[in-house]
Amino acid sequence: MTRPQEKIPKGYLSLMIPSVSSELAALSPVDLLAQKRSLRRKLAARDYLQPIRIAVLGGSTSSEIVSLLDLWLLESGFSPVFHQSEYGRFYVDAVHDTQALVDFRPDIIYLHTSVLNVQSFAPLQASQAELEEHVNSEFSRFEQIWSSIAEKIGCIVIQNNFEFPPVAILGNLDAVSTGGHTRFIAELNRRFTLAAERHSKLFIQDVCSISARMGLDHWFDRRRWFSYKIVTTLEGTRELAISLNAMIRASYGKTRKVLVLDLDNTLWGGVIGDDGADKIQIGRETPLAEAYTEFQEYCLSLRNRGILLAVCSKNNEEIARQGFEHPDSVLKIEHISSFKANWDAKHENIALIAQELNLGADSFVFVDDNPAEREIVRGQVNGIAVPEVGDDVAAYARIIESGRYFEQIAISKEDLERATLYQQNAERATFETKFGNYGEYLNSLGMTAEIGRFKPVYIERIAQLTNKTNQFNLTTRRYTLAEMEQIAADPDFIGIYGKLSDRFGDHGLISVVLARRDRGTLHMDLWLMSCRVLKRGMEEAMLDAVVEAAQQIGVGTIVGTYLPTPKNGMVADFYAGLGFLPYHPLDAVLPPGATMWTLNLAGYTQRNRHIKLMEHANAG
Amino acid sequence: MPDRTPDEILKELQPIFQEALDEPQLKVTLRSNAANTPNWDSLAHIDIIETVERHFGVKFALGELQDLKEVGDLVALLILKTR
Repeated sequence: MTRPQEKIPKGYLSLMIPSVSSELAALSPVDLLAQKRSLRRKLAARDYLQPIRIAVLGGSTSSEIVSLLDLWLLESGFSPVFHQSEYGRFYVDAVHDTQALVDFRPDIIYLHTSVLNVQSFAPLQASQAELEEHVNSEFSRFEQIWSSIAEKIGCIVIQNNFEFPPVAILGNLDAVSTGGHTRFIAELNRRFTLAAERHSKLFIQDVCSISARMGLDHWFDRRRWFSYKIVTTLEGTRELAISLNAMIRASYGKTRKVLVLDLDNTLWGGVIGDDGADKIQIGRETPLAEAYTEFQEYCLSLRNRGILLAVCSKNNEEIARQGFEHPDSVLKIEHISSFKANWDAKHENIALIAQELNLGADSFVFVDDNPAEREIVRGQVNGIAVPEVGDDVAAYARIIESGRYFEQIAISKEDLERATLYQQNAERATFETKFGNYGEYLNSLGMTAEIGRFKPVYIERIAQLTNKTNQFNLTTRRYTLAEMEQIAADPDFIGIYGKLSDRFGDHGLISVVLARRDRGTLHMDLWLMSCRVLKRGMEEAMLDAVVEAAQQIGVGTIVGTYLPTPKNGMVADFYAGLGFLPYHPLDAVLPPGATMWTLNLAGYTQRNRHIKLMEHANAG
Repeated sequence: MPDRTPDEILKELQPIFQEALDEPQLKVTLRSNAANTPNWDSLAHIDIIETVERHFGVKFALGELQDLKEVGDLVALLILKTR
């Protein structure tokens, strides 16, 4: 820690070092410790860090909280310098021996105190008046500190309120009796609340709630108190650092402003393009629907306090909008300040949202149930926060909350009106986005595919996928299980399935192609895929398998057909994208809007670049 | 399961000390302590104990923490606690 920072040329590393946003929050305490110093070096090497001077006056040892706060502030784009009082000297340093503090010229003073610093609890037999007297005496000690700082320094003061005591000797009565320590803390905390309303530069860190969220038994570590005079567990200290970072960001106007939301399985249950707007899970009918409703209510409450909502979803726009017309949808289309539902990469859409709202994407929080989408957005969009929300809607709000992205130090009238304002100003401009190498991202997913001919063990899943896929489906032909079994045995048909897994997990069987041989031509009767793995290179890998099968039986031409439905507009240009040429056979009778495409296999080279194929698969 | 040897434990401890003491090349011995090892301040000490507890899945009692004077003490305690 004491070694000087390596000198790095300015303006150089900011281009080279990938964004580290949200990395800290994702680290477990043990990983955090295992990388603390190397992480610090990496974070401190970034450019354009904003200097900030923070004095920590501790009622307990402050070195651990300072070392963690240091990391979180660096990640937030600050370059902090700290001054620390000796443990237990917070009162003396702030009220009497103030010179060192004054000379340090702090921007912020953090009073790091706890229930263990309370000096005068009321005695067990205290009268009501005695209790008030003791609370007054304790309170005035802190009030002297704040007044002294206001007079001599005038900077922002962050003062924690108190957690309840580690033991409650009166049990439940501890919260009620005039001599109960639990009651004493409740009264003292109330006084702090009222004081914060009077002192414009005093901000309360709500340790009473922070500790309650963890549970007091996970908050206190008495061994660490006796050994090092640290009140909390490491996990407790980490929560303190996260909340402090959020408060400091907020006082410097670095609060995040936009919540960017995926739709399917994020704002409602199910896939609207496949299931239909009337089948999505929202409302009060099922536990899952109820949970999605509550999450929508959470999003709406954020909007009502000034956080903008945006949608970024891989969907057909028209179909996606129908989700908001669902009678049970809490969120209506007018609550969404920027709406992007299309088939482009999400990081490109987020750049468009930033442009429309005229806000930096570093003020965005992105929520998506799909870990691969989270990964690419985290990797491609500088400064965006991407909490690991998982895929259980019941946990979304809690996980977003724990990141403290939307912390405010005060709520203004402007905050309450902001959402409407931005909505009016949003421009529907488009522009070309140039992001980092998409291929590198695909490689980083560590994808493995099993692609092979239909097997009895998979026939049921193949039939199921065939009958429920509506969006990435070129012909939307349906087959019963019996028909599929028959086809699998027919030598004129070639059925190919694809399974994909990546480092986030196994997607299972997600693509089906059914080809029919007609003399020297192979007709694609069916080509479909789950949208979850869109644009991962699986399209190309499946084409490779089709071509290989065609060449094995001496077929030189593939013909594909696109039959439009209200839901499959996303694949209208699919064959063109794969290099097929338009095909207009004289004898073909096509429904309106349908197109045919052909690919000559002479000189075909393998397209798949990013997916590792399991070798045994083709043999079956 | 047979006891782990001091050498095995010490080997597992090296990266923890290297990171906590910010000395990537450091090799601690059983006789290393805060006085004879660079950067071993009180915060580094706390970080080491916290990491070791989580890495080995053990919790040290207050008395055990108090008796840790050098790396050898930690190694001996870990052999005992991971038995």
